[in-house]
Amino acid sequence: MISVENLTKRYATKTAIDGVSFQVEKGEILGFLGPNGAGKTTTMRIITGYMPATDGAVRVDGFDVADQPLEVRRRIGYLPENPPLYTEMTVVGYLRFVAKIKGVSRTALNDEVARVMSKVNISDVKDRIISKLSKGYKQRVGLAQALINDPPVLILDEPTIGLDPKQIHEVRELIKELAGSHTVVLSTHILPEVEQTCGRVIIIDRGKIIAVDTPHNLRYQVQGAARVFVEIDGPPAEIVPALKTLPGVVDVRVTAQNDGRCRVQVDSDTKQDVRRDLARTIVNKGWGLLELQSAAMSLEDVFIKLTTAEETAASAAAAGASQS
Amino acid sequence: MKNIRAIIEREFRAYFISPIAYVVLTIFVFLSGFFFQAILGQVLEFGLRRQLGQGGQPLDMPGMISQGFLSTTSVVLLFLIPMITMALFSEEKKRGTIELLLTAPVTDLQVVLGKFLAAALFFILLLASTWIPMAALYVYGDPASGPILTAYLGLLLYGLALIAIGTFISSLTENQIIAAVLSFGTILVLWLIDSTAQRAEAGMKAVLTYLSILSHLDDFMRGVLNTTHVIFYLSLMLVGLFLTYRSIDSLRWRG
Repeated sequence: MISVENLTKRYATKTAIDGVSFQVEKGEILGFLGPNGAGKTTTMRIITGYMPATDGAVRVDGFDVADQPLEVRRRIGYLPENPPLYTEMTVVGYLRFVAKIKGVSRTALNDEVARVMSKVNISDVKDRIISKLSKGYKQRVGLAQALINDPPVLILDEPTIGLDPKQIHEVRELIKELAGSHTVVLSTHILPEVEQTCGRVIIIDRGKIIAVDTPHNLRYQVQGAARVFVEIDGPPAEIVPALKTLPGVVDVRVTAQNDGRCRVQVDSDTKQDVRRDLARTIVNKGWGLLELQSAAMSLEDVFIKLTTAEETAASAAAAGASQS
Repeated sequence: MKNIRAIIEREFRAYFISPIAYVVLTIFVFLSGFFFQAILGQVLEFGLRRQLGQGGQPLDMPGMISQGFLSTTSVVLLFLIPMITMALFSEEKKRGTIELLLTAPVTDLQVVLGKFLAAALFFILLLASTWIPMAALYVYGDPASGPILTAYLGLLLYGLALIAIGTFISSLTENQIIAAVLSFGTILVLWLIDSTAQRAEAGMKAVLTYLSILSHLDDFMRGVLNTTHVIFYLSLMLVGLFLTYRSIDSLRWRG
Protein backbone atom coordinates (compact mmCIF):
# COMPACT_ATOMS: atom_id res chain seq x y z
CA MET A 1 0.00 0.00 0.00
CA ILE A 2 2.83 2.35 0.89
CA SER A 3 6.25 1.95 -0.59
CA VAL A 4 9.11 4.15 0.48
CA GLU A 5 12.34 3.90 -1.45
CA ASN A 6 15.64 5.36 -0.47
CA LEU A 7 14.04 8.45 0.99
CA THR A 8 16.39 11.29 1.89
CA LYS A 9 15.64 14.76 3.20
CA ARG A 10 18.42 17.26 3.59
CA TYR A 11 18.06 20.74 5.00
CA ALA A 12 20.67 23.43 4.64
CA THR A 13 22.51 22.40 7.79
CA LYS A 14 21.35 18.88 8.58
CA THR A 15 20.17 15.64 7.10
CA ALA A 16 16.83 14.72 8.63
CA ILE A 17 16.47 11.31 7.02
CA ASP A 18 19.02 9.38 5.08
CA GLY A 19 18.18 6.60 2.64
CA VAL A 20 15.08 5.25 4.38
CA SER A 21 13.27 2.39 2.61
CA PHE A 22 10.33 0.29 3.74
CA GLN A 23 7.02 -1.16 2.62
CA VAL A 24 3.68 -1.19 4.36
CA GLU A 25 1.19 -3.85 3.31
CA LYS A 26 -2.53 -3.23 3.03
CA GLY A 27 -4.30 -3.59 6.38
CA GLU A 28 -1.11 -3.52 8.39
CA ILE A 29 -0.34 -1.33 11.40
CA LEU A 30 3.22 -0.16 11.27
CA GLY A 31 4.82 1.51 14.25
CA PHE A 32 7.51 4.10 13.87
CA LEU A 33 9.64 4.12 16.95
CA GLY A 34 12.45 6.51 17.69
CA PRO A 35 13.63 9.33 19.92
CA ASN A 36 12.59 12.90 19.26
CA GLY A 37 14.38 14.29 16.24
CA ALA A 38 15.02 10.86 14.73
CA GLY A 39 13.17 11.70 11.52
CA LYS A 40 9.75 10.20 12.22
CA THR A 41 7.82 13.39 11.56
CA THR A 42 9.86 14.23 8.46
CA THR A 43 9.20 10.79 6.97
CA MET A 44 5.49 11.11 7.65
CA ARG A 45 5.36 14.60 6.20
CA ILE A 46 6.94 13.36 3.00
CA ILE A 47 4.50 10.44 2.72
CA THR A 48 1.53 12.80 3.13
CA GLY A 49 2.94 15.15 0.51
CA TYR A 50 3.36 18.02 2.94
CA MET A 51 7.00 18.36 1.95
CA PRO A 52 8.99 17.04 -1.00
CA ALA A 53 11.91 14.69 -0.49
CA THR A 54 15.43 15.64 -1.50
CA ASP A 55 15.87 12.18 -2.96
CA GLY A 56 13.97 8.92 -3.23
CA ALA A 57 10.36 8.08 -3.96
CA VAL A 58 7.13 7.39 -2.10
CA ARG A 59 4.20 5.57 -3.64
CA VAL A 60 0.81 5.25 -1.99
CA ASP A 61 -1.63 2.82 -3.58
CA GLY A 62 0.49 2.97 -6.73
CA PHE A 63 0.52 6.78 -6.98
CA ASP A 64 3.76 8.67 -6.73
CA VAL A 65 3.62 11.47 -4.15
CA ALA A 66 5.69 13.83 -6.28
CA ASP A 67 3.84 13.22 -9.55
CA GLN A 68 0.24 12.79 -8.43
CA PRO A 69 0.04 14.52 -5.06
CA LEU A 70 -3.73 14.98 -5.10
CA GLU A 71 -4.41 11.29 -5.75
CA VAL A 72 -2.17 10.44 -2.82
CA ARG A 73 -3.69 13.04 -0.52
CA ARG A 74 -7.19 11.79 -1.30
CA ARG A 75 -6.17 8.41 0.11
CA ILE A 76 -4.49 9.62 3.28
CA GLY A 77 -5.88 10.79 6.59
CA TYR A 78 -3.14 12.61 8.45
CA LEU A 79 -2.85 13.60 12.08
CA PRO A 80 0.22 15.83 12.44
CA GLU A 81 2.21 16.04 15.66
CA ASN A 82 0.33 19.21 16.63
CA PRO A 83 -3.31 18.68 15.71
CA PRO A 84 -4.10 21.30 13.03
CA LEU A 85 -7.10 22.91 14.70
CA TYR A 86 -8.79 26.22 13.96
CA THR A 87 -9.31 26.80 17.64
CA GLU A 88 -11.83 29.62 17.24
CA MET A 89 -14.30 27.26 15.53
CA THR A 90 -16.73 24.81 17.09
CA VAL A 91 -15.90 21.11 16.83
CA VAL A 92 -18.69 20.49 14.37
CA GLY A 93 -17.90 23.63 12.34
CA TYR A 94 -14.27 22.59 12.06
CA LEU A 95 -15.06 19.04 11.02
CA ARG A 96 -17.55 20.29 8.42
CA PHE A 97 -14.82 22.49 6.95
CA VAL A 98 -12.38 19.56 6.80
CA ALA A 99 -15.06 17.40 5.19
CA LYS A 100 -15.66 20.07 2.55
CA ILE A 101 -12.02 20.46 1.57
CA LYS A 102 -11.71 16.69 1.48
CA GLY A 103 -14.48 16.64 -1.09
CA VAL A 104 -17.30 15.08 0.95
CA SER A 105 -20.52 15.82 -0.90
CA ARG A 106 -22.98 18.28 0.57
CA THR A 107 -25.61 15.61 1.15
CA ALA A 108 -23.24 13.27 2.99
CA LEU A 109 -21.62 16.03 5.05
CA ASN A 110 -23.69 15.81 8.23
CA ASP A 111 -23.62 12.02 8.37
CA GLU A 112 -19.87 11.87 7.82
CA VAL A 113 -19.16 14.43 10.54
CA ALA A 114 -21.48 12.59 12.96
CA ARG A 115 -19.79 9.29 12.11
CA VAL A 116 -16.23 10.45 12.90
CA MET A 117 -17.39 12.23 16.06
CA SER A 118 -18.95 9.08 17.44
CA LYS A 119 -15.87 7.07 16.39
CA VAL A 120 -13.59 9.11 18.65
CA ASN A 121 -16.22 9.87 21.28
CA ILE A 122 -16.50 13.62 20.95
CA SER A 123 -20.19 13.95 20.11
CA ASP A 124 -20.83 15.41 23.56
CA VAL A 125 -18.64 18.46 22.85
CA LYS A 126 -19.66 19.05 19.25
CA ASP A 127 -20.92 22.58 19.78
CA ARG A 128 -18.07 23.71 22.00
CA ILE A 129 -15.34 26.09 20.80
CA ILE A 130 -12.17 24.04 20.25
CA SER A 131 -9.92 26.39 22.24
CA LYS A 132 -12.00 25.72 25.36
CA LEU A 133 -11.52 21.93 25.17
CA SER A 134 -9.03 19.90 27.20
CA LYS A 135 -5.90 18.57 25.54
CA GLY A 136 -7.36 15.08 25.34
CA TYR A 137 -10.42 16.32 23.49
CA LYS A 138 -8.33 18.47 21.16
CA GLN A 139 -6.20 15.46 20.30
CA ARG A 140 -9.32 13.46 19.52
CA VAL A 141 -10.76 16.24 17.36
CA GLY A 142 -7.48 16.03 15.45
CA LEU A 143 -7.93 12.30 15.09
CA ALA A 144 -11.53 12.76 13.94
CA GLN A 145 -10.27 15.12 11.26
CA ALA A 146 -7.92 12.41 9.95
CA LEU A 147 -10.76 9.89 9.79
CA ILE A 148 -13.03 12.08 7.67
CA ASN A 149 -13.97 10.60 4.31
CA ASP A 150 -12.70 7.22 5.53
CA PRO A 151 -9.29 7.26 3.80
CA PRO A 152 -7.66 3.84 3.25
CA VAL A 153 -4.34 5.05 4.66
CA LEU A 154 -3.91 6.73 8.04
CA ILE A 155 -0.72 8.49 9.03
CA LEU A 156 -0.81 9.31 12.73
CA ASP A 157 2.03 11.26 14.30
CA GLU A 158 1.99 10.45 18.01
CA PRO A 159 -1.77 9.87 18.21
CA THR A 160 -1.94 9.22 21.95
CA ILE A 161 0.14 12.16 23.15
CA GLY A 162 -1.68 14.24 25.76
CA LEU A 163 -4.33 11.65 26.49
CA ASP A 164 -5.08 10.11 29.87
CA PRO A 165 -4.66 6.32 30.31
CA LYS A 166 -8.31 5.56 29.63
CA GLN A 167 -8.33 7.64 26.47
CA ILE A 168 -5.04 6.11 25.36
CA HIS A 169 -6.66 2.72 25.69
CA GLU A 170 -9.67 3.87 23.66
CA VAL A 171 -7.53 5.29 20.89
CA ARG A 172 -5.44 2.11 20.72
CA GLU A 173 -8.60 0.03 20.49
CA LEU A 174 -9.83 2.33 17.73
CA ILE A 175 -6.59 1.95 15.79
CA LYS A 176 -6.70 -1.83 16.15
CA GLU A 177 -10.28 -1.75 14.93
CA LEU A 178 -9.20 0.24 11.88
CA ALA A 179 -6.52 -2.29 10.95
CA GLY A 180 -7.45 -4.74 8.28
CA SER A 181 -9.62 -2.35 6.34
CA HIS A 182 -7.09 0.48 6.72
CA THR A 183 -3.35 0.77 6.49
CA VAL A 184 -1.99 2.62 9.48
CA VAL A 185 1.40 4.14 10.09
CA LEU A 186 1.79 5.59 13.56
CA SER A 187 4.75 7.08 15.31
CA THR A 188 5.53 7.06 18.98
CA HIS A 189 8.37 6.99 21.40
CA ILE A 190 6.53 4.81 23.86
CA LEU A 191 7.53 1.16 23.64
CA PRO A 192 4.41 -0.44 25.15
CA GLU A 193 2.26 1.46 22.69
CA VAL A 194 4.00 -0.20 19.79
CA GLU A 195 3.73 -3.59 21.43
CA GLN A 196 0.02 -3.33 21.94
CA THR A 197 -1.05 -1.95 18.62
CA CYS A 198 1.48 -2.58 15.88
CA GLY A 199 2.05 -5.64 13.78
CA ARG A 200 5.48 -4.48 12.78
CA VAL A 201 7.90 -1.90 14.07
CA ILE A 202 10.52 0.25 12.44
CA ILE A 203 13.11 1.74 14.73
CA ILE A 204 14.60 4.90 13.37
CA ASP A 205 17.39 6.95 14.84
CA ARG A 206 19.25 9.95 13.44
CA GLY A 207 17.52 9.56 10.11
CA LYS A 208 18.34 5.90 9.56
CA ILE A 209 16.39 2.70 10.02
CA ILE A 210 18.07 0.61 12.68
CA ALA A 211 15.72 -2.33 13.00
CA VAL A 212 12.54 -3.67 11.45
CA ASP A 213 10.78 -6.47 13.29
CA THR A 214 7.66 -7.59 15.09
CA PRO A 215 7.25 -6.13 18.57
CA HIS A 216 7.51 -9.63 20.03
CA ASN A 217 10.95 -10.23 18.58
CA LEU A 218 12.11 -6.80 19.59
CA ARG A 219 10.98 -7.30 23.12
CA TYR A 220 12.69 -10.63 23.29
CA GLN A 221 15.92 -9.12 22.08
CA VAL A 222 15.67 -6.24 24.47
CA GLN A 223 14.47 -7.95 27.59
CA GLY A 224 16.46 -11.11 27.08
CA ALA A 225 19.86 -11.08 28.61
CA ALA A 226 22.78 -9.25 27.14
CA ARG A 227 25.05 -11.87 25.70
CA VAL A 228 28.84 -11.90 25.53
CA PHE A 229 30.99 -14.53 23.83
CA VAL A 230 34.46 -15.07 25.26
CA GLU A 231 37.20 -17.28 23.90
CA ILE A 232 39.60 -18.31 26.62
CA ASP A 233 42.80 -20.30 26.76
CA GLY A 234 42.22 -22.23 29.98
CA PRO A 235 40.44 -25.15 31.69
CA PRO A 236 36.65 -25.01 31.25
CA ALA A 237 36.00 -26.74 34.56
CA GLU A 238 37.57 -23.80 36.42
CA ILE A 239 36.38 -21.07 34.11
CA VAL A 240 32.63 -21.65 34.43
CA PRO A 241 32.32 -21.40 38.23
CA ALA A 242 34.76 -18.48 38.35
CA LEU A 243 32.76 -16.42 35.85
CA LYS A 244 29.44 -17.35 37.42
CA THR A 245 30.36 -15.58 40.65
CA LEU A 246 30.82 -12.22 38.92
CA PRO A 247 28.18 -9.61 39.74
CA GLY A 248 25.49 -9.32 37.06
CA VAL A 249 26.22 -12.65 35.41
CA VAL A 250 23.13 -14.81 35.02
CA ASP A 251 24.36 -17.80 33.12
CA VAL A 252 27.63 -19.21 31.80
CA ARG A 253 27.78 -21.97 29.24
CA VAL A 254 30.59 -23.57 27.29
CA THR A 255 29.62 -23.65 23.64
CA ALA A 256 32.78 -25.15 22.16
CA GLN A 257 36.15 -26.42 23.28
CA ASN A 258 39.24 -27.46 21.48
CA ASP A 259 42.60 -28.48 22.99
CA GLY A 260 42.70 -26.20 25.99
CA ARG A 261 40.77 -23.37 24.45
CA CYS A 262 37.10 -22.91 25.01
CA ARG A 263 34.36 -20.61 23.81
CA VAL A 264 32.03 -19.48 26.57
CA GLN A 265 28.69 -17.79 26.35
CA VAL A 266 28.01 -15.41 29.23
CA ASP A 267 24.51 -14.07 29.73
CA SER A 268 24.13 -11.12 32.02
CA ASP A 269 21.63 -8.72 33.41
CA THR A 270 20.91 -6.03 30.82
CA LYS A 271 21.54 -3.25 33.27
CA GLN A 272 25.16 -4.17 33.82
CA ASP A 273 28.07 -4.34 31.46
CA VAL A 274 30.10 -7.35 32.65
CA ARG A 275 32.81 -7.26 30.00
CA ARG A 276 35.28 -5.32 32.13
CA ASP A 277 34.96 -7.75 35.06
CA LEU A 278 35.16 -10.73 32.73
CA ALA A 279 38.41 -9.56 31.21
CA ARG A 280 39.97 -8.70 34.57
CA THR A 281 39.05 -12.06 36.12
CA ILE A 282 40.38 -14.02 33.18
CA VAL A 283 43.66 -12.15 33.14
CA ASN A 284 44.07 -12.33 36.93
CA LYS A 285 43.61 -16.10 36.82
CA GLY A 286 46.41 -16.33 34.30
CA TRP A 287 44.29 -17.63 31.43
CA GLY A 288 44.63 -16.26 27.95
CA LEU A 289 41.86 -13.99 26.78
CA LEU A 290 41.65 -14.61 23.04
CA GLU A 291 38.42 -12.93 22.13
CA LEU A 292 35.67 -10.96 23.76
CA GLN A 293 32.63 -10.26 21.64
CA SER A 294 29.32 -8.81 22.56
CA ALA A 295 26.20 -10.06 20.80
CA ALA A 296 23.08 -7.99 20.06
CA MET A 297 24.62 -5.19 22.00
CA SER A 298 23.86 -2.58 19.42
CA LEU A 299 20.15 -3.23 19.54
CA GLU A 300 20.19 -2.93 23.27
CA ASP A 301 22.01 0.35 22.93
CA VAL A 302 19.31 1.54 20.61
CA PHE A 303 16.66 0.61 23.05
CA ILE A 304 18.26 2.19 26.02
CA LYS A 305 18.51 5.31 23.94
CA LEU A 306 14.87 5.02 23.01
CA THR A 307 13.35 4.17 26.33
CA THR A 308 15.19 6.66 28.49
CA ALA A 309 13.53 9.80 27.31
CA GLU A 310 15.61 12.31 29.25
CA GLU A 311 18.85 11.07 27.86
CA THR A 312 17.72 11.24 24.26
CA ALA A 313 16.12 14.61 24.76
CA ALA A 314 19.38 15.89 26.22
CA SER A 315 21.50 14.44 23.45
CA ALA A 316 19.10 15.72 20.82
CA ALA A 317 19.32 19.15 22.39
CA ALA A 318 23.10 18.92 22.47
CA ALA A 319 23.17 17.85 18.83
CA GLY A 320 20.87 20.74 17.96
CA ALA A 321 23.05 23.19 19.87
CA SER A 322 26.25 22.04 18.21
CA GLN A 323 24.67 22.54 14.82
CA SER A 324 23.30 26.01 15.29
CA MET B 1 -14.18 25.12 -7.11
CA LYS B 2 -16.01 23.59 -4.15
CA ASN B 3 -12.72 23.47 -2.27
CA ILE B 4 -12.04 27.14 -2.89
CA ARG B 5 -15.52 27.95 -1.66
CA ALA B 6 -14.94 26.04 1.57
CA ILE B 7 -11.69 27.93 2.15
CA ILE B 8 -13.27 31.32 1.38
CA GLU B 9 -16.19 30.55 3.67
CA ARG B 10 -13.99 29.55 6.60
CA GLU B 11 -11.66 32.50 6.17
CA PHE B 12 -14.48 35.00 5.81
CA ARG B 13 -16.20 33.68 8.94
CA ALA B 14 -12.89 33.81 10.81
CA TYR B 15 -12.88 37.60 10.31
CA PHE B 16 -16.16 37.82 12.16
CA ILE B 17 -15.22 35.36 14.90
CA SER B 18 -12.16 37.39 15.79
CA PRO B 19 -12.60 41.07 16.62
CA ILE B 20 -10.66 42.11 13.49
CA ALA B 21 -13.72 42.48 11.26
CA TYR B 22 -15.61 44.61 13.75
CA VAL B 23 -12.66 46.83 14.59
CA VAL B 24 -11.75 47.42 10.94
CA LEU B 25 -15.34 47.99 9.89
CA THR B 26 -16.05 50.36 12.76
CA ILE B 27 -12.93 52.43 12.21
CA PHE B 28 -13.51 52.53 8.49
CA VAL B 29 -17.13 53.63 8.74
CA PHE B 30 -16.22 56.22 11.34
CA LEU B 31 -13.35 57.63 9.24
CA SER B 32 -15.54 57.62 6.13
CA GLY B 33 -18.15 59.71 7.90
CA PHE B 34 -15.54 62.00 9.35
CA PHE B 35 -13.77 62.67 6.04
CA PHE B 36 -17.03 62.97 4.11
CA GLN B 37 -18.22 65.60 6.51
CA ALA B 38 -14.89 67.46 6.37
CA ILE B 39 -14.78 67.41 2.57
CA LEU B 40 -18.39 68.47 2.38
CA GLY B 41 -17.57 71.48 4.53
CA GLN B 42 -14.54 72.42 2.40
CA VAL B 43 -16.41 72.16 -0.88
CA LEU B 44 -19.32 74.18 0.42
CA GLU B 45 -17.04 76.93 1.65
CA PHE B 46 -15.13 76.95 -1.65
CA GLY B 47 -18.41 77.15 -3.59
CA LEU B 48 -19.71 79.94 -1.45
CA ARG B 49 -16.56 82.00 -1.97
CA ARG B 50 -16.70 81.45 -5.75
CA GLN B 51 -20.31 82.66 -5.82
CA LEU B 52 -19.55 85.76 -3.83
CA GLY B 53 -16.56 86.57 -6.02
CA GLN B 54 -17.70 86.49 -9.61
CA GLY B 55 -20.66 84.17 -10.06
CA GLY B 56 -19.26 82.55 -13.24
CA GLN B 57 -19.87 78.96 -14.17
CA PRO B 58 -21.87 76.75 -11.78
CA LEU B 59 -19.68 74.22 -9.93
CA ASP B 60 -20.20 70.44 -10.00
CA MET B 61 -20.35 70.26 -6.23
CA PRO B 62 -21.53 66.62 -5.82
CA GLY B 63 -18.75 65.60 -8.24
CA MET B 64 -16.14 67.50 -6.25
CA ILE B 65 -17.37 65.97 -3.01
CA SER B 66 -17.37 62.39 -4.28
CA GLN B 67 -13.98 62.81 -5.91
CA GLY B 68 -12.46 64.26 -2.75
CA PHE B 69 -14.09 61.68 -0.55
CA LEU B 70 -13.14 58.65 -2.62
CA SER B 71 -9.54 59.85 -2.97
CA THR B 72 -9.33 60.11 0.79
CA THR B 73 -10.84 56.65 1.08
CA SER B 74 -7.96 55.27 -0.96
CA VAL B 75 -5.54 56.59 1.67
CA VAL B 76 -7.59 55.15 4.53
CA LEU B 77 -7.56 51.77 2.76
CA LEU B 78 -3.81 51.93 2.61
CA PHE B 79 -3.80 51.70 6.39
CA LEU B 80 -6.57 49.16 6.79
CA ILE B 81 -5.80 46.59 4.10
CA PRO B 82 -2.76 45.23 5.97
CA MET B 83 -5.16 44.48 8.85
CA ILE B 84 -7.29 42.39 6.52
CA THR B 85 -4.41 40.38 5.10
CA MET B 86 -2.04 40.05 8.06
CA ALA B 87 -3.46 36.81 9.46
CA LEU B 88 -4.19 35.00 6.19
CA PHE B 89 -1.13 32.76 6.19
CA SER B 90 0.82 33.83 9.28
CA GLU B 91 -1.83 32.43 11.63
CA GLU B 92 -2.00 29.17 9.70
CA LYS B 93 1.75 28.81 10.03
CA LYS B 94 1.75 29.66 13.71
CA ARG B 95 -1.04 27.24 14.60
CA GLY B 96 0.14 24.46 12.30
CA THR B 97 -3.17 24.39 10.44
CA ILE B 98 -1.21 25.04 7.26
CA GLU B 99 -0.29 21.35 7.51
CA LEU B 100 -3.97 20.48 7.15
CA LEU B 101 -4.43 22.70 4.09
CA LEU B 102 -1.26 21.51 2.40
CA THR B 103 -2.04 17.81 2.89
CA ALA B 104 -5.72 18.05 1.97
CA PRO B 105 -6.71 17.15 -1.59
CA VAL B 106 -6.57 20.78 -2.72
CA THR B 107 -3.90 22.44 -4.84
CA ASP B 108 -1.69 25.23 -3.55
CA LEU B 109 -3.31 27.54 -6.08
CA GLN B 110 -6.74 26.81 -4.62
CA VAL B 111 -5.44 27.62 -1.14
CA VAL B 112 -3.89 30.90 -2.29
CA LEU B 113 -6.97 31.95 -4.28
CA GLY B 114 -9.33 30.96 -1.47
CA LYS B 115 -7.46 33.15 1.01
CA PHE B 116 -7.13 36.02 -1.43
CA LEU B 117 -10.80 35.96 -2.37
CA ALA B 118 -11.91 35.86 1.26
CA ALA B 119 -9.90 39.02 1.93
CA ALA B 120 -11.24 40.53 -1.30
CA LEU B 121 -14.77 39.81 -0.18
CA PHE B 122 -14.20 41.56 3.11
CA PHE B 123 -12.64 44.49 1.26
CA ILE B 124 -15.71 44.74 -0.99
CA LEU B 125 -17.80 44.90 2.15
CA LEU B 126 -15.68 47.86 3.30
CA LEU B 127 -16.10 49.58 -0.06
CA ALA B 128 -19.84 49.00 0.08
CA SER B 129 -19.98 50.71 3.46
CA THR B 130 -18.84 53.99 1.85
CA TRP B 131 -22.33 54.15 0.35
CA ILE B 132 -23.60 55.22 3.73
CA PRO B 133 -22.26 58.79 3.25
CA MET B 134 -22.33 58.59 -0.56
CA ALA B 135 -26.06 57.97 -0.50
CA ALA B 136 -26.47 61.51 0.86
CA LEU B 137 -25.17 62.87 -2.45
CA TYR B 138 -27.93 61.11 -4.32
CA VAL B 139 -30.56 62.09 -1.79
CA TYR B 140 -29.68 65.79 -1.75
CA GLY B 141 -28.10 66.25 -5.15
CA ASP B 142 -27.76 64.80 -8.59
CA PRO B 143 -24.14 63.69 -9.08
CA ALA B 144 -22.91 62.40 -12.45
CA SER B 145 -22.70 58.63 -12.03
CA GLY B 146 -19.92 58.07 -14.61
CA PRO B 147 -16.98 59.39 -12.56
CA ILE B 148 -18.34 57.71 -9.44
CA LEU B 149 -18.46 54.37 -11.19
CA THR B 150 -14.92 54.66 -12.55
CA ALA B 151 -13.73 55.81 -9.13
CA TYR B 152 -15.18 52.68 -7.53
CA LEU B 153 -13.70 50.49 -10.23
CA GLY B 154 -10.35 52.14 -9.57
CA LEU B 155 -10.64 51.60 -5.82
CA LEU B 156 -11.59 47.96 -6.37
CA LEU B 157 -8.56 47.26 -8.57
CA TYR B 158 -6.30 49.21 -6.23
CA GLY B 159 -7.60 47.25 -3.23
CA LEU B 160 -7.18 43.88 -4.92
CA ALA B 161 -3.57 44.72 -5.78
CA LEU B 162 -2.84 45.73 -2.19
CA ILE B 163 -4.52 42.58 -0.88
CA ALA B 164 -2.36 40.41 -3.12
CA ILE B 165 0.76 42.13 -1.76
CA GLY B 166 -0.48 41.71 1.81
CA THR B 167 -1.28 38.05 1.23
CA PHE B 168 2.23 37.45 -0.01
CA ILE B 169 3.81 39.17 2.96
CA SER B 170 1.58 37.23 5.34
CA SER B 171 2.99 34.01 3.90
CA LEU B 172 6.51 35.05 4.86
CA THR B 173 6.12 35.14 8.63
CA GLU B 174 4.41 33.43 11.53
CA ASN B 175 3.65 36.70 13.25
CA GLN B 176 0.60 38.74 12.24
CA ILE B 177 1.97 41.98 13.64
CA ILE B 178 5.14 41.63 11.59
CA ALA B 179 3.01 40.81 8.54
CA ALA B 180 0.87 43.91 9.11
CA VAL B 181 3.83 46.25 9.62
CA LEU B 182 5.76 44.86 6.65
CA SER B 183 2.70 45.11 4.39
CA PHE B 184 2.02 48.62 5.53
CA GLY B 185 5.66 49.60 4.96
CA THR B 186 5.72 48.05 1.49
CA ILE B 187 2.49 49.73 0.45
CA LEU B 188 3.65 53.05 1.84
CA VAL B 189 6.89 52.85 -0.15
CA LEU B 190 4.88 52.10 -3.29
CA TRP B 191 2.78 55.14 -2.50
CA LEU B 192 5.58 57.59 -1.70
CA ILE B 193 7.81 56.48 -4.56
CA ASP B 194 6.10 59.28 -6.45
CA SER B 195 7.79 62.02 -4.49
CA THR B 196 11.29 60.58 -5.05
CA ALA B 197 10.49 60.47 -8.76
CA GLN B 198 10.41 64.24 -8.98
CA ARG B 199 14.12 64.53 -8.29
CA ALA B 200 15.19 61.45 -10.30
CA GLU B 201 16.68 61.45 -13.78
CA ALA B 202 14.46 61.19 -16.81
CA GLY B 203 14.60 57.42 -17.42
CA MET B 204 14.37 56.55 -13.76
CA LYS B 205 11.63 59.09 -13.28
CA ALA B 206 9.30 57.32 -15.70
CA VAL B 207 9.84 54.01 -13.91
CA LEU B 208 9.30 55.45 -10.44
CA THR B 209 6.19 57.33 -11.50
CA TYR B 210 4.80 54.20 -13.08
CA LEU B 211 5.36 52.21 -9.87
CA SER B 212 3.46 54.67 -7.70
CA ILE B 213 0.24 52.95 -6.68
CA LEU B 214 -1.71 56.08 -5.92
CA SER B 215 -0.97 58.12 -9.06
CA HIS B 216 -2.71 55.45 -11.15
CA LEU B 217 -5.92 56.23 -9.30
CA ASP B 218 -6.10 59.87 -10.49
CA ASP B 219 -7.62 59.12 -13.86
CA PHE B 220 -10.22 56.80 -12.35
CA MET B 221 -11.19 59.57 -9.93
CA ARG B 222 -11.59 62.06 -12.77
CA GLY B 223 -13.90 59.68 -14.58
CA VAL B 224 -11.34 58.60 -17.16
CA LEU B 225 -11.05 54.87 -17.83
CA ASN B 226 -7.50 54.29 -19.05
CA THR B 227 -6.43 50.70 -19.72
CA THR B 228 -2.82 51.49 -18.70
CA HIS B 229 -3.99 51.87 -15.12
CA VAL B 230 -6.25 48.84 -15.24
CA ILE B 231 -3.33 46.78 -16.49
CA PHE B 232 -1.04 48.23 -13.82
CA TYR B 233 -3.29 47.17 -10.94
CA LEU B 234 -4.10 43.79 -12.45
CA SER B 235 -0.43 43.01 -13.04
CA LEU B 236 0.47 44.12 -9.52
CA MET B 237 -2.23 41.78 -8.22
CA LEU B 238 -0.97 38.88 -10.34
CA VAL B 239 2.61 39.45 -9.20
CA GLY B 240 1.42 39.37 -5.59
CA LEU B 241 -0.53 36.17 -6.13
CA PHE B 242 2.33 34.53 -8.01
CA LEU B 243 4.80 35.41 -5.24
CA THR B 244 2.39 33.97 -2.66
CA TYR B 245 2.13 30.77 -4.66
CA ARG B 246 5.92 30.49 -4.87
CA SER B 247 6.25 31.30 -1.18
CA ILE B 248 3.93 28.40 -0.27
CA ASP B 249 6.01 26.14 -2.47
CA SER B 250 9.19 27.16 -0.69
CA LEU B 251 7.43 26.72 2.64
CA ARG B 252 6.97 23.06 1.73
CA TRP B 253 10.66 22.67 1.01
CA ARG B 254 11.73 24.26 4.25
CA GLY B 255 9.12 22.42 6.29
